[in-house]
Amino acid sequence: MSENKEVITENYSLNDDRRVKVLSPGALVAKRFFRNRLAVFGLSILIFMFLFSFVGGLVSPYDEKQTFYREDFQNKEFAGVVINDEFRYAAAPEKDFGGVLNAQAYLAISSGQSEFIYKAVKYTVTNHGEDFYSFYTDGELIGIAYKDIVNMSDANETIDFDFMFASLAAKSANEKSFEYKGETYTIDKDDGVFKNGTEVAYISRFIARPILPDVFLTRDFKQQLELAIETKDDEFTFTDTDGTVAEYTLKYNAGDNNWSVMQSMATRVLDTYSAPSKSHWLGTDKSGMDMLTRIMYGGRVSLIIGFIVVIIETVIGVVLGGLAGYFGKWVDMLIMRIVDVFYCIPSMPIMLIIGAAMDEYNVDPQIRMLYLMLILGFLGWPGIARLVRGQILSLREQEFMIAAEASGISVPRRIFKHLLPNVIPQLIVTMTMGIGSTIITESTLSFLGLGVRFPFASWGNIINDVTDVHVLTSYWFVWIPAGVCLLVTVLAYNLVGDGLRDAFDPKMKR
Amino acid sequence: MRKYIIKRLLISVVILFFVAFAIYALMRCLPTSYLESIARQKSLQPNSKSFEEWMEQLSAIYSMDKGIVPGFFSWLGNVLQGNFGDSWKWTVPVVEKFKDTVWVSFVMGAIAFVLELIIAIPLGVIAATKQYSKVDSLISIIALAGISLPTFFFASLLKLVFSVKLGWFDLFGLVGRNHETLDAMGKLLDKAHHLVLPIVTLVVVSIGGLMRYTRTNMLEVLNADYIRTARAKGLPERKVIYHHAFRNTLIPLVTIIGGSLPGLFSGALITETLYAINGIGFASYHSLISGDIPFSMFYLVFLAVLTLVGNLISDILYAVVDPRVRIA
Repeated sequence: MSENKEVITENYSLNDDRRVKVLSPGALVAKRFFRNRLAVFGLSILIFMFLFSFVGGLVSPYDEKQTFYREDFQNKEFAGVVINDEFRYAAAPEKDFGGVLNAQAYLAISSGQSEFIYKAVKYTVTNHGEDFYSFYTDGELIGIAYKDIVNMSDANETIDFDFMFASLAAKSANEKSFEYKGETYTIDKDDGVFKNGTEVAYISRFIARPILPDVFLTRDFKQQLELAIETKDDEFTFTDTDGTVAEYTLKYNAGDNNWSVMQSMATRVLDTYSAPSKSHWLGTDKSGMDMLTRIMYGGRVSLIIGFIVVIIETVIGVVLGGLAGYFGKWVDMLIMRIVDVFYCIPSMPIMLIIGAAMDEYNVDPQIRMLYLMLILGFLGWPGIARLVRGQILSLREQEFMIAAEASGISVPRRIFKHLLPNVIPQLIVTMTMGIGSTIITESTLSFLGLGVRFPFASWGNIINDVTDVHVLTSYWFVWIPAGVCLLVTVLAYNLVGDGLRDAFDPKMKR
Repeated sequence: MRKYIIKRLLISVVILFFVAFAIYALMRCLPTSYLESIARQKSLQPNSKSFEEWMEQLSAIYSMDKGIVPGFFSWLGNVLQGNFGDSWKWTVPVVEKFKDTVWVSFVMGAIAFVLELIIAIPLGVIAATKQYSKVDSLISIIALAGISLPTFFFASLLKLVFSVKLGWFDLFGLVGRNHETLDAMGKLLDKAHHLVLPIVTLVVVSIGGLMRYTRTNMLEVLNADYIRTARAKGLPERKVIYHHAFRNTLIPLVTIIGGSLPGLFSGALITETLYAINGIGFASYHSLISGDIPFSMFYLVFLAVLTLVGNLISDILYAVVDPRVRIA
């Protein structure tokens, strides 16, 4: 290709225009701009920040408002355990086997009597085996005294007296099976009671009571617990039927002769302020959200707000400044006084007042963002209006405008075709720098909690966490990355603006 | 000249009137949460009037019962008699609170301003004389970084490094814990010690603008014909720059410096709030966000006056310093 070109150029005569490469004004500006190393550096930062914010948000595996949890171990009082070494009494259905009778029965048992008389009624005592007695009057069973306790395997079933009697009788007589309601039950060596091979109950001297009312202690758990108590272990792990693993710690309390069981259970808590790791490159913030993703979305908000505010400013500024500059006289006078008034209204305090008022009215965060942009734009236009007016005032007097007027071009065409294009270079520079300063204003407001609000992220409200001294001292990753993004972006805008200014007019150096 | 000044002053008064009205209208459109909370408190006391009655009475006391326009004129009438009312937030007369706080801000601002001048002007001159050199790029980048640095972020960084890691300064406040036990000199030093970080913050974030302004003007002067003449007649470069060029650079500098003098009284809203320095900026921040109308009105109008005075001073200085400029 290049060879081909050279051949062609050689064919042109010396004074042929095509021999000289002619660049359009735009190309000249671009050429000058790209020669400025700082400006190109700034431009590449800007491109990077835009990709980071807009594409990064899509690439990131997480969502702006996605919260993360971590497992945290907490020790909770889980159950209390005692070994039953006292007789317990149970009355047969619809029989009276109350307090005094219980005491009489105990006396009879401890003195080894086979019968006793209470209130002229004779009671016979039957010893079925170790620590199990039953009491009869007139051949009818009225109650039992026992130390081994029958627990149902199913939490929803209540213990039936007859079943308890039958199983305890079998157990104390060391029998391997017993009959109850026409069915055969077997007792294994661990004192489990089985019906057709499934465990329906178990017999144990341990009484374990859960602290929380809605917890049911399973047989397996109790067995583990017994084992731990027998082997004098302080700790054991238990996996329940759901597969949840928990660590348990036993503490013996000699005074009450009981054990308290502490469960250290993994609970899900918000993964706040976790340090940078593989899954969260910049850690997480105070709500357990991924920092890097928040910064990406915050970048979107900050960059978009900067753009929109500057566009609003420019539209108002160009229209009013243009009117004032072109028409002069009383229009100029009026508009410039309005500009003066706006110039004197301090924008930061006004934004603070409005921010606080929006807090008071509980404005929705999204609408709030919109208001923020509108107000910032509305307060920021006087500078641009002054610039445009000044430019137009001086351009209006130049020869090319007289020529335009003389050739009978209409007023709108004169303004938009001949006047405004000459203002655009200055305007672009001011706008570029304006975006930078708008981003700072927005982030300052958000930092103070009066701008963009949670759950939306903005670089300013990410750094807001630093007002917590604890964050300032210990969690650099929460606020420094966002601050660096902010600084770098604004710096890049300023560098590009500077470069554009030099490129548009090499003589115009301010 | 006198005619010009009088004309400018008259225009300023008109502008001020509209600024004050705009601010007053804005403040009145806000929820009067302050009055409501007082009324609620009072109505909760035993045997008290109802909330509505209190609200009515309080509105009358604070002249909030009038419409915006009559309310503004009654405010203006009071102000013209020198009465700015009582601050709701600070429960003292506005002027008293102002007198309490403004001097801290002024001292802070003045020291920062002097430091700025001392650092920015020489650096700007150096950058201009060595245009396109590495020093120039470095200074330009520093200046731009200063402009681009958000105050709150820089202040947090300073706190992290100097207060937390090195422990040289306190995180907040103007006085230390044992301030009361110190003698007069010690108290002064204690305050000075607490002002170091805020002043550094102020200087760094505002130094860039002045530096660039100096550089631009110096460049302009260095391109002027009389500099070429000075060089042509064989003057040493040092003399050309510091005798011929620098003096002419001073013209725009003096005007801008003069223009920013009134601003020293305006306080640093953000910086003072970040460091909890009880200056005018800090006081007004809390007044602004709590809807304290008398104090906010006073502060905002005060800022507008400072802006107008600053503009006027710089315009007059421009004519005074540069004999080529005539104003009519």
